[in-house]
Amino acid sequence: MFKAFLIKYAEIGVKGKNRDIFEDALVQQIKYALKRCEGEFKVRRTKGRIYIDVLSDYDFEETVDNLKTVCGISAICPMVQLDDEGFDKLCEEVVNYVDKQYPDKNFTFKVHTRRARKNYPIESMEVNALVGEKILDAFPEISVDVHKPDVMIFIEIREHIYLYSIEIPGPGGMPVGTNGKAMLLLSGGIDSPVAGYMVAKRGVKIDAVYFHAPPYTSERAKQKVVDLARLVSRYSGPIYLYVVNFTEIQLAIYEKCPHEELTIIMRRYMMKIAEEIGKKTECLGLVTGESIGQVASQTVHSLAVTNEVCTMPVFRPCIGLDKQEIVDISEKIGTYETSIQPFEDCCTIFVAKHPVTKPNLNVIKRHEENLKDCIDEMMDRAVNTAELIVVEV
Amino acid sequence: MECYLDNSATTRCFESVAQLVYKIMCEDYGNPSSLHSKGIQAEEYLRYAKDVISRNLKVNAKEIFFTSGGTESDNLALRGAAYANCRQGRHLITTVIEHPAILQTMQYLEEQGFEVTYLPVDENGRVRLSDLEQAIRPDTILVSIMHTNNEIGSLQPIAEAGELIKRVNPKTLFHVDAVQGYGKFRIYPKRMHIDMLSVSGHKIHGPKGVGFLYVGEKVKIRPVIFGGGQQHGMRSGTENVPGIAGMAKAVEEIYRDLEAEQDKMYALRNMFVEGVQKLEGVRVNGLPGRESAPHVVSVSFAGVRSEVLLHALEEKGIYVSSGSACASNHPDTAGSATLRAIGLPKEFLSSTIRFSFSVFTTEEEIRFTLQALYDIVPVLRRFTRR
Repeated sequence: MFKAFLIKYAEIGVKGKNRDIFEDALVQQIKYALKRCEGEFKVRRTKGRIYIDVLSDYDFEETVDNLKTVCGISAICPMVQLDDEGFDKLCEEVVNYVDKQYPDKNFTFKVHTRRARKNYPIESMEVNALVGEKILDAFPEISVDVHKPDVMIFIEIREHIYLYSIEIPGPGGMPVGTNGKAMLLLSGGIDSPVAGYMVAKRGVKIDAVYFHAPPYTSERAKQKVVDLARLVSRYSGPIYLYVVNFTEIQLAIYEKCPHEELTIIMRRYMMKIAEEIGKKTECLGLVTGESIGQVASQTVHSLAVTNEVCTMPVFRPCIGLDKQEIVDISEKIGTYETSIQPFEDCCTIFVAKHPVTKPNLNVIKRHEENLKDCIDEMMDRAVNTAELIVVEV
Repeated sequence: MECYLDNSATTRCFESVAQLVYKIMCEDYGNPSSLHSKGIQAEEYLRYAKDVISRNLKVNAKEIFFTSGGTESDNLALRGAAYANCRQGRHLITTVIEHPAILQTMQYLEEQGFEVTYLPVDENGRVRLSDLEQAIRPDTILVSIMHTNNEIGSLQPIAEAGELIKRVNPKTLFHVDAVQGYGKFRIYPKRMHIDMLSVSGHKIHGPKGVGFLYVGEKVKIRPVIFGGGQQHGMRSGTENVPGIAGMAKAVEEIYRDLEAEQDKMYALRNMFVEGVQKLEGVRVNGLPGRESAPHVVSVSFAGVRSEVLLHALEEKGIYVSSGSACASNHPDTAGSATLRAIGLPKEFLSSTIRFSFSVFTTEEEIRFTLQALYDIVPVLRRFTRR
C-alpha cells in the first residue's frame, strides 16, 4: 500500500548555511540503512524534504525498523502514492485510505493539503474542504476538528499525489558524521551502550574501547561487548572497537595500592588509555555511561578524581538519569537483553567490599606513586597491543 | 600445545567416523524409508548400526531405538515409561546427582501428577542400596540411576541395584543413563537387569545430535514424538543416517581395545591425581583408582575461583570444565547439585574443576597440565577478592 516515505527531520532544518551538509549526511545515512533492507529504493532531496521512493517489492516492517535507527530522522511517514486521475478519483482514494487505515471510526480529523504543483486546478483550502466533506459523507461517526484533530490527513500534490497520516517517530537528533568522533568506554553493562547511542544521536561518530582482563574475564564477556557494539552500530554506523588487555595493570594496582581505592585508580588508568587510543584515532572526546551516584566510583567526588586525568572533554550523557531511565532507553534501542547476560567484567572482579566514595585526589595520586616503576611501560603495552575489531551491523 | 581435557562435555570425532559420516552425507544420502535402491542403501546403514550396537550390548537388534542424543533418550525412557505404566502406579525413583535431562523430566512428571523420590548419595557420590531398597514401593513403576556421574565420575552400583529392584518389585522398570559410562565400560543390560539404557554418540567420539535408547523387548513405553511412524512408531522422524552410522562406527572403534584403553586411562588418571595432590589446598573428589570412572577427575582448589582457573588454563591451550557452569557472583547459590550432594564444603563449591580424559589423551598432556597448574594456582591465590 505504501510506495513512498516522507522523512521528517527537525533540528537540521535550522542550521543555516550548514544545512546542506546535514541533509547530505542524512541522505547518506538513510541510504546506508536501506542497504540492509530487501528491495530497491530511491532517496530524493527536494525543497527541504527527503523522500524515499520504493521501486520494487519490499518488507514494510523491516524498512521502517531500519529507518528508525537513522539519527536525524524525527519521523517516518509512510505515503500512498497516487497518479493524478482527476479530483473525484482522489476523493475516492482518500476515503478508501481512511477506511483501511482506521477501522475504528471514532475520531476527529483535519485535512491538510500542500499544492506544490501550482497548476493543479483546485486550491489547497478548497481541497481540504471538499475532501473533508467526502470523508464525513462516507463515515458519519467521524467528525472534524481543525484545532486539535486526532488524525491529520496530509495531501501533497506534486507530479504524483501523496497521501499520508501516520508519523512513526525516529530517533531524532542529527545524522552521524556531522559532529566529529568520540571514544566510548564500553563495558558489558547497561549504561555505556546507552551513552554511545545518545552521543551517536547527536551526530557523533564513535570508536570504542573495552577493557579485557583474562583469565578473570572470559571470551564470552568479550563477545558480549562485541554484540553490544554491534547493536549500537545500528545507530552509529560501523564502530572501531579496541580491546585492551588490562590484566597486568589491574594486578599491579591490586598489589601496590590500597584495596578500597582499586576501582577508582583503575578507572583513572582506563580513562588515560582510552584517551591515548582516542588521540591516535582523531577522537575529540571521551564518552562514558557514568551517572551521578550510581556506584561508589560515580559519586561526584569520584567522578572529579577520575576526570582529573583527562585532557579531552568527557561526555557523560547518562549523568542525570536514574537507573530506570537508562534501562528504558536500553530497552528501546535493544541493548538491554544483551547487557544483562551474567558475565563478569573487569570492574567487578577485585572490587572491594567497601570502596571509597569520597576519594581525595592527593591521596590517590600519592598511592599511584607506588606504581611509578612499572606503570608507563604497562600503559604503553596496553595501548600498543590493543586488538582492533571492526563492528558493523 | 592443545590439551583437550573436557571429554565429559564432548569428544573429538574419530577420523574413521567423520569419513563415514561425510561419505553418507555426500554419496549415500537416501531416505531409508524410500522404496528405491538409494533408500535401501541408507536402510542398510541402519541395519549395520543396530547390529553393531546390539551385539555390543548383547541384546536384540529390535531393542535399539535411535534418538537425537542423551537428552532425548532420557526423555523417551522416563516419559514413555511413566505414561505407559501409570495405571500400575505413579511413583518414580531417581537420585539427586542425575543429569538435568533426568531431573528436569522428573520435575515435569511431578507436575503431571507423578510422585518422585530423590535418593541421596554418600560423600563419594554413590547411591546406597539400602536407601534404594527402602524407597521401592508396590506402586513404584520406574527407577532411574545414572551409570557414571558426569561431574565427579562416581560409579553407581548398577548391577546390584538392578538385582535389588527386581527382587523387591519385579514390576518396577530400571532405567540407566549411561551417557558417561558407555564406551568406558562394558554394559550388558540383560545381565544387569536394565530395562532401558540411554547413550549419546558424541561422548564416545561419534557425531553430535545422535544417540540411542535400548528398550527391553518386554518393556512397555509410549512414544513422545509422533509423525511418520519410523522405528516402529516409537520415534518418528527420518532417521539421522549419517549420525547413526557414525555412532555405530564409534562404538566399534572404542570397544575394539576397551580393556587396554581403560588401563591406559586409569594410569593417566592416577598420574594426574598424584601430581595434582602435590599442590597445597587441593581436594580430589570421589573415590580413588578403579572405584571411579577412568576419565573424570574432579578437583577442588581452595581459594581459587574455578572460572578464573579455567580461563587461565585456557590461555595455555588447556580446556577443562568448571564444576559449576554458574557465572553467578553469589557463592551461596553457586556450585552444582552433585557437588552439594556429596557435601563438598562451601568454600570448594565455586573452586572445582573437572578434568576429563579420552582415548586421545597422552601422558605428555597430563604432564603439561600439571605443570600449568603448578604455575598458575599459586599466582591466582595471590590475587583473590579480598
